[in-house]
Amino acid sequence: MIDNPPLPKHLSNVSPPSHKESEQSFTYALVGNPNSGKTTLFNHLTGLKQKVGNYPGVTIEKKIGTCFSQHGQKMTVIDLPGAYSLSAHSPDEKILNEVALGQMEGSPRPDRFICIVDASNLERNLYLAAQIAELGRPTILVLNMMDIADKQGIHIDTDRIQKELGVTVITTQAHKKKGLIELKLAMSKASLTTPSLNIDLPKPVSEAVLKVQSHLISQKGENLNAARGEALLLLTEDSPSSHDPALSQLVSSLQEKLKRELCNWKSLVIAARYNKLGELCKKAVLQKSEVKKSLTEHFDDVLLHKTYGWLTLFLVMGTLFWSIFFLSEYPMHGIEWAFNKLGSFTESALPAGPLQDLLVNGVITGVGSVLMFLPQILMLFFFIGFLESSGYLPRAAFMLDKVMSKVGLQGKSFIPLLSSYACAIPGIMATRTISSPKERLATILIAPWMSCSARLPIYLLMIATLASGRNASPIIKAGILMGAYALGTFVAFGTAWILRKTILKGPVQHSVMELPAYRLPSFKNTIFEMLQHGKLFLKRAGTLILAFSIVLWFLMSHPAQDPEAIDSQLETSYIGQIGHLMEPAIKPLGYDWKMGIGILSSFAARELFISTMAQIYHAEDNFEDETTFAGTLQKQRNPSGQAVFTPLTCISLMVFFIFAMQCMSTLAIVKKETNSWRWPLFQLVYMTGFAYLAALIVYQGGKLLGFA
Amino acid sequence: MNNLLLKLLSDLQIGEKARIQSFHEESRTALRLQEMGLLPGTEIEMIRKASTTGPIEIKARGIRLTLRLEDAALINVAND
Repeated sequence: MIDNPPLPKHLSNVSPPSHKESEQSFTYALVGNPNSGKTTLFNHLTGLKQKVGNYPGVTIEKKIGTCFSQHGQKMTVIDLPGAYSLSAHSPDEKILNEVALGQMEGSPRPDRFICIVDASNLERNLYLAAQIAELGRPTILVLNMMDIADKQGIHIDTDRIQKELGVTVITTQAHKKKGLIELKLAMSKASLTTPSLNIDLPKPVSEAVLKVQSHLISQKGENLNAARGEALLLLTEDSPSSHDPALSQLVSSLQEKLKRELCNWKSLVIAARYNKLGELCKKAVLQKSEVKKSLTEHFDDVLLHKTYGWLTLFLVMGTLFWSIFFLSEYPMHGIEWAFNKLGSFTESALPAGPLQDLLVNGVITGVGSVLMFLPQILMLFFFIGFLESSGYLPRAAFMLDKVMSKVGLQGKSFIPLLSSYACAIPGIMATRTISSPKERLATILIAPWMSCSARLPIYLLMIATLASGRNASPIIKAGILMGAYALGTFVAFGTAWILRKTILKGPVQHSVMELPAYRLPSFKNTIFEMLQHGKLFLKRAGTLILAFSIVLWFLMSHPAQDPEAIDSQLETSYIGQIGHLMEPAIKPLGYDWKMGIGILSSFAARELFISTMAQIYHAEDNFEDETTFAGTLQKQRNPSGQAVFTPLTCISLMVFFIFAMQCMSTLAIVKKETNSWRWPLFQLVYMTGFAYLAALIVYQGGKLLGFA
Repeated sequence: MNNLLLKLLSDLQIGEKARIQSFHEESRTALRLQEMGLLPGTEIEMIRKASTTGPIEIKARGIRLTLRLEDAALINVAND
């Protein structure tokens, strides 16, 4: 049970909503600074499970949810990307701006706002709240993280803020679900106070505001206060979006005029707003004790230290790679063993024939070979979730910023690139936090070279094949894996450097980032995120990979030979013929026609390389229960008796998979984010071309150097 | 005010405190920093420098920000 403190004064006399009121449905926009706890609050209000994290820029889209008051009244809540101001610099801030002004298609204009602020840093957080209040719509100001403020000896006079800003103030601790009932009660009130905040603007600015304001009143019928706030917001935008051409023209001519008359007018507006807030905070905020050096600052003295900081970074990465091998090994062998047993059981339980063949050589082998990598996938996402919620990511960005700046990228590009190690799709979407279009595009173009989780099973299989029969320690294997990740990353940065010197030339934009306080990662959230990704992986195995395994089984077993000539069945099958057709193109990379089939299928999904190889070799010689998949691959010989999966071939395959663009969903998201087919096509060609060349160089170079 | 010695934010030593005097230009960076509360008159402390040319960490109004040296060179500061 959540304990139920006495209701604040302004709420205690709320009567239960009458019948008429409960039919009203409000739409709330949830706004606030980055990392102030918006999404945590949104999840609690709506029961949804949107991703939360401890770094700026977790939410990059608007998310709509439904919230019910204590009396069952339905309300719509729109969660929006965090921002310091309503003036938009980057695409994610643009979303906030457009939704707030009701100019985004497919999104209802919010009737009311919930503005969430970090109570431990009130003045800065109130800046956005003030801009919202200026828009003149009923606003609930949520003072979140009251516990932290208390600990820092900050006392806040909420009545005063309520009176001066004309907003309804609620205090919460969103992560502990405290204050939610009061918030929902306030949200369901039929009438809330409408804020009236006037800041003292320089004369030329207030004149310009007046002109836009009267246009808005006469053309759109807005009320006085709302029109004033919107007018000021439109004037301070670089390229205000409006569906009214007359308005756009008015605004841009006034902007020109202002620039001539008062060149630093935008700074003056910001200062005027802070002046007002400064006065308010002087009256409403009492800081009792001196601020001591926080725990976060002590941590940073080590984690951002010139030596220890790097040491920690390498230690964190090293632990990640090592645990993927060491901790995942046993469950992985367990899954593999179970599928082998299932295969031999099915074989003995069913009469020989197409059905048995389909189940054993198609379904069980295909799906099982991919599913055995589930433990590693879970491990990877556990680590990523842990890092995301701890607050370490912005620190890593700080440490590596020098590299980013050398290759011409913003510090903010780091986080999208980092999330691309999980999957390029959220990574590419996260580039919306980058303000400069060229830097954003460069980041999008290189993001798929960060090895995503779909490549992990392939690297692991190749490393296992390499190491099979040799007594390689997990440390060496982890080293090879780290090398694969490093190679992709290194080439990605090199490419960014080239892109920023050539087709995406331009100045480097600012990179201001806030370092959030460290938080103890929530075990529940981390496990939840990990299981989400595990579920996705299982779903993929149960749908896409299952379907493809069946198709491949058909292509492998048709046209059917008579049972006597089973040896040549694969060679003469449809897929075998395709493989032979491809062989000349891939032979220089060290691959045979069977691997060609695997590579061809991997363009539908990377994991299909694994299921395809498993099906091919399983059909040829049923593995014994004791050998592992990697062991089977290692034993393969070509007709002249030479090993097929030589170490060099394995490395060449890994290199191909590091670089090749084989993900249709990524191409689709790049199309969506760049609004043209040009860039995804460019990516498909340059990445896959580079993959081919790199694998060629590795194989041929290796041969020349004598590693056959 | 006149006898203040102006310097650039990027030139502050680690641990040194100074007040913002002005911004070199009304760029987007400058506006964003002002929106985040770094206004003329705000006290800033240099917390650390990642390297001689790398990003810096500053503290102002109780928040910690990282920015690049080029951006820090847009801000004039002076010691009290």
